[in-house]
Amino acid sequence: MSVTQRRRTSPEPAPAASAGEPAAESPGTPASPGPGPAAVRLSEVSKVYGRGPSALLALDRVSLTVAPGEFVCLIGASGCGKSTLLSLVAGLDQPTAGSISTEGGPVTLMFQEPALFPWLTAARNVELALRARGVPKAQRRRRCAELLDLVDLGGFGGKRPHELSGGMRQRVALARALAQDADVLLMDEPFGALDAMTRDLLHEELERIWAQQALTILFVTHNVREAVRLGDRVVVLSSRPGRVIEEYPVPRQGPRRIDSPEVARLAATITDRLREEMSRHGH
Amino acid sequence: MATETRPAAKESEAIAGLDRLELGPDPRRRDPGRMARSAWSAAWPKLLAVALILVAWQVVHLTGWKSYVLKGPGTVLPDLWGQLHHALLWQAIGITLRRAVLGYGLALVIGSVIGILVARIPLLRAAVGSIITGLQTMPSIVWFPIGIVLFGLSTLTILFVMVLGAAPSIANGLITGVDYTPPLLLRAGQTMGLRGVTLYRYLILPASLPAYVAGMKQGWAFAWRSLMAGELLVLILGQPSLGVLLNNDQNLQDFAGLGSIVIVILVIGILVDTLFTKADLAIRRRRGLLVPGTMP
Repeated sequence: MSVTQRRRTSPEPAPAASAGEPAAESPGTPASPGPGPAAVRLSEVSKVYGRGPSALLALDRVSLTVAPGEFVCLIGASGCGKSTLLSLVAGLDQPTAGSISTEGGPVTLMFQEPALFPWLTAARNVELALRARGVPKAQRRRRCAELLDLVDLGGFGGKRPHELSGGMRQRVALARALAQDADVLLMDEPFGALDAMTRDLLHEELERIWAQQALTILFVTHNVREAVRLGDRVVVLSSRPGRVIEEYPVPRQGPRRIDSPEVARLAATITDRLREEMSRHGH
Repeated sequence: MATETRPAAKESEAIAGLDRLELGPDPRRRDPGRMARSAWSAAWPKLLAVALILVAWQVVHLTGWKSYVLKGPGTVLPDLWGQLHHALLWQAIGITLRRAVLGYGLALVIGSVIGILVARIPLLRAAVGSIITGLQTMPSIVWFPIGIVLFGLSTLTILFVMVLGAAPSIANGLITGVDYTPPLLLRAGQTMGLRGVTLYRYLILPASLPAYVAGMKQGWAFAWRSLMAGELLVLILGQPSLGVLLNNDQNLQDFAGLGSIVIVILVIGILVDTLFTKADLAIRRRRGLLVPGTMP
């Protein structure tokens, strides 16, 4: 408890991870909301649900800055308020205290479930997002085809969601999110319900699209390896209330795989840190 | 070692392969022989049921119970066949169906408007939500005295009772559909930027469609019952509806005529119900809510 609070109140700049050195041994300190470009900036954000004695503090003075084009993974045990945090950034909910700015442009949110509209075909689902943005009809058709190609679903526009596999549905949902022309993509455990093989392929696909489209991604997951596999930075949240307790920069040196030794080593360090945090609630 | 040097398959190629594997063969292949077989397998239980009813009816007739009025299918069915060659029955069917369309159409409009307003406005829901449910339990016959006092012995009275019978079901169906719109889809719609009217047009109304159609189907049953009750109670001169024909046959103690008209009413009811069932199945099939092979 006191450790986390000391860390929180000592805002020193996170040391840049030197290439080649395993970042696992040198965990960075939580980033302070300092100056510099930011796509998403949370300053001392708190969220309380309910009132009076039954009130629940879901997030406690969370400060987090995501640079434009950065891929940040948020990880934490149950009850760390990860989903709450994304809802706040997406503007679906308002923080109780603190401020959130999304200077990086429009924000969109993807869920664990694809949440496609079952009465529309895959293509119509994507087109509806374009329509909601006011894209003229002629362009909608063309843009939708481009987006489906981007997620490797070129020939499947006419299928309804129930005719597609879980991974394909999630890719339609990704195409729909991209149709919203957002610069910041918030992802709430988007691959949590997929089998490992599909998930590995989707990691590669997401990485490619992230680079191609110059997106900023804030990615929430339960899976430590997934976080290390994908992120430029892994941010660890404590549980009940959610606080930023640790940040780990991940050196990006060529293609990464979920089963590579560097990923495994850093993941082990983060898992230990998470267990330490969980054991706090054990007694 | 060899595996290290071989270039890995491209991610998009691997994904395309996985997609093909997961989808399997395209099930949407038409096979006329199979369609004929499935049509037959859907039809024969119904034909069997009709045959059983005719047999039971004939058995009752053969026992001689109330033989001075009760006629067997051997008398009633030829009577029906004869009536089908007369203009009077078709005129009656026409008048009754016109009322059905008019009354049900009115109920559809009124029920839908009330439904959407109650679903949208919390105050309205608190005020009249339970009244709508209460109205559904009212036997429609109760409304006839009021209708007759208000509108006299006219078509208007019949329509009035039909609307009171059917509109609550339709409104309730729509309200249920709006309430049961999955919260996840609502969140997805919100993130997409659907607001106000567009939110209803593109998300909430399509999402409510299954419950709305169920409400419409129930509403039709109430409307059709109210219409038949109305035609027996409110006899209008010069308008020989099915109800009027029933009434005439009752006065003449003409069992064959009564049987014929009842069969006509039953068949109309079944046909309209089939339309609703077809619509319901089509909606469920499109949304993947139908397990293949479990339903006709």
